[in-house]
Amino acid sequence: MRDSGGAVRPAYVELSQWLSQIPPDVLDFRRREAELLFRRIGITFAVYGDPEATERLIPFDVIPRILAAREWDIVRRGLEQRIKAINAYIKDVYNRREILKAGVVPEDLVFQNPVFRPEMNGQKVPHDIYVHIAGIDIVRVDAETFYVLEDNARTPSGVSYMLENREIMLRLFPELFSRYRIAPVENYPDELLATLKSIAPPAAPSDPNVVLLTPGVFNSAYYEHSFLADKLGIELVEGRDLVVKDDVVSMRTTEGLKRVDVIYRRIDDDFLDPLVFRPDSALGVPGLMSVYQAGNVTLANAVGTGIADDKAVYSYMPAIVKFYLGEEPILKNVPTWRCREEEHLAYVLDHIEELVVKEVHGSGGYGMLIGPKEDKTTIAAFRAKLKSDPKNFIAQPTLALSTCPTCVEEGIAPRHVDLRPFVLAGRDRIRIVPGGLTRVALKRGSLVVNSSQGGGTKDTWVLDG
Amino acid sequence: MLSRTADNLYWLARYVERAEYLARILDTTLRLTALPLAYVGESNEWESAVATAGCASAFFAAHDEANEETVTEFLAFSTSNPSSIRNCFENARLNARAVRTALTIEMWDSINSAWLELKKWGNGPSSREEFARFLRWVMGSSLNFDGSAYRTMLRNDAYWFSRLGVYMERADNTARILDVKYHLLLPAEEHVGGPLDYFQWTSILRSVSALTAYHWVYRENVKPWLVADLLMLRDEMPRSLANCYENLVQNLDRIAKSYGRQGPAQRQARTIRARLENSKIEGIFQSGLHEFIDGFIEDNNQLGSAVAQQYLL
Repeated sequence: MRDSGGAVRPAYVELSQWLSQIPPDVLDFRRREAELLFRRIGITFAVYGDPEATERLIPFDVIPRILAAREWDIVRRGLEQRIKAINAYIKDVYNRREILKAGVVPEDLVFQNPVFRPEMNGQKVPHDIYVHIAGIDIVRVDAETFYVLEDNARTPSGVSYMLENREIMLRLFPELFSRYRIAPVENYPDELLATLKSIAPPAAPSDPNVVLLTPGVFNSAYYEHSFLADKLGIELVEGRDLVVKDDVVSMRTTEGLKRVDVIYRRIDDDFLDPLVFRPDSALGVPGLMSVYQAGNVTLANAVGTGIADDKAVYSYMPAIVKFYLGEEPILKNVPTWRCREEEHLAYVLDHIEELVVKEVHGSGGYGMLIGPKEDKTTIAAFRAKLKSDPKNFIAQPTLALSTCPTCVEEGIAPRHVDLRPFVLAGRDRIRIVPGGLTRVALKRGSLVVNSSQGGGTKDTWVLDG
Repeated sequence: MLSRTADNLYWLARYVERAEYLARILDTTLRLTALPLAYVGESNEWESAVATAGCASAFFAAHDEANEETVTEFLAFSTSNPSSIRNCFENARLNARAVRTALTIEMWDSINSAWLELKKWGNGPSSREEFARFLRWVMGSSLNFDGSAYRTMLRNDAYWFSRLGVYMERADNTARILDVKYHLLLPAEEHVGGPLDYFQWTSILRSVSALTAYHWVYRENVKPWLVADLLMLRDEMPRSLANCYENLVQNLDRIAKSYGRQGPAQRQARTIRARLENSKIEGIFQSGLHEFIDGFIEDNNQLGSAVAQQYLL
């Protein structure tokens, strides 16, 4: 909220005034009201490995995070650039492999990567788009500089919180909205549907049948799946609702089989088709890959996009942007040490107390070490893990992330935030709804914003003009 | 619509209806067991409650004796009995979550709130008074859900499938009460009109919330054959077999009309309704009440599989 000199940044002036005027008990009352609303609507998520809490609320913070129009403009241009580069890169990796031949990205990093899908080699995908929906995590380090933390290019989630958070804020704080002009986010479902329809196979009817494929009610993001299907007005299907016959995939309806053209799938590659990937998967659809390979259905996102958002590939993203677009990346990368390289490993081992060390394939904040926060024994244990399998790790400095005022137990205090905007890449154009999901680390000084690790969310306001 | 969605809506409605029915059985049993033995005889009403709920074999696999404590636990709060009130709400909500997109906000809110509130009741009541409150709450929640469906759902196939669930379950429940209690309704030589039977008959009426209705329809003292007539053949009685089939036929016809195709389910439902329409209670008693009920339960089950085959699988 404040600039480096400690002054309140212009975008936050109104908010700061409003916060100083509102009595604490009123704010507290609204906060509890918000929680009640969330629980009644049933916006919950599951935490894996915690049998006591199969359905939990993500803590919602009522103080919004604000981005000025100028700041958003940088982010938006950076995201467009990034998604173009990602799509060009994936197409290249599965076809001509020029970037590998040029030695920009090491071959073994691609071919020996478990998220690389040999089934996609030489495979044509409709309109050459692989990643149609990306949730790119960024943080702001100073006024004009944004770092990308992760390019989630597989099945990013969280957009339902972006939409619900805004709904709840509009309901609870109408007076605050009258002080600002805030760009709307509620058109996201329309933009998503337009994107999904635009990518249907060329032979599909002009009004293609789009469905959302969910692993089912026990999945942690199930609420979001049903929420989106509802807003898009498309069927929410599970693997068992789909059948494959003669290279065509159809859904079972009360009126018989109905052909499906586009599948917005929220199931990982591994579980899509037990005949090709994990044979023990009961979530997928046997034969789906053969329909896909015959070009009779579009999967969004395509199979094998993990090769773009893998943590080991992440550090090559600036080079990837330059290679395909010939431009400097607008969004920077966090400086990253690749432990697979000897010099980098030596540096990481020497400075482990200052660094964040992550598993290359990990997600959700699991299996990572935050050097400055851990005691000696934990660090020693991690150091051993790192030495035995250096390829599996990367390290980054702890960042001076921007903070945002947040309601916590001791009152209103600054907490670290990140931002996940959602980028939609269709045949016709790229669509980005202004804003995204702001995640906040609720513990003082903490940098971990993941909901599975005690993070919360905020509404994100992009100011209009 | 997706077959699975139709299936979820159908079972959502069935589970809510079943929870209410179980609450009624328990409520009635509490009343009967509160009476002096001389009025109700030596029969074990708790055992009869388990039989009426249709889970006698599962119950006796888990318990040796049917008494207030064991039956209350098993029918209302048990996590191991798939048809306990608790599990009915659990299953109803699970089905509701699976079809969030096909429900109105009001329907979701009513079932989700019931499910959240269920936790407050813990693992059982501390007193009879509290238990009675619990039962009233269950019945209220079911009414709340039913009302929200009736008032807010679009009148399309989603609504019709959910109605099918309600009436299939209701027909099954009424038939089951008749199946367990039919012997009380037979014209007996002894103690006709004695206090013992009177309380048993009124308890049957109560368990389908028809005691007041009885008096309005017949304007007579409670007589066993009229109780049977009311529960089986009277169209105006909302839990009678005849009324359930009236509604099943109607909703199946709407589905068929909207899809432009009739099937075995429509034909079977019409056949069963015709049999109910053409029956007189005297005739049923003559050819055997128990046989009639047995036959009905089988027909009803067959219709259930026909509906599943035609639409839900």
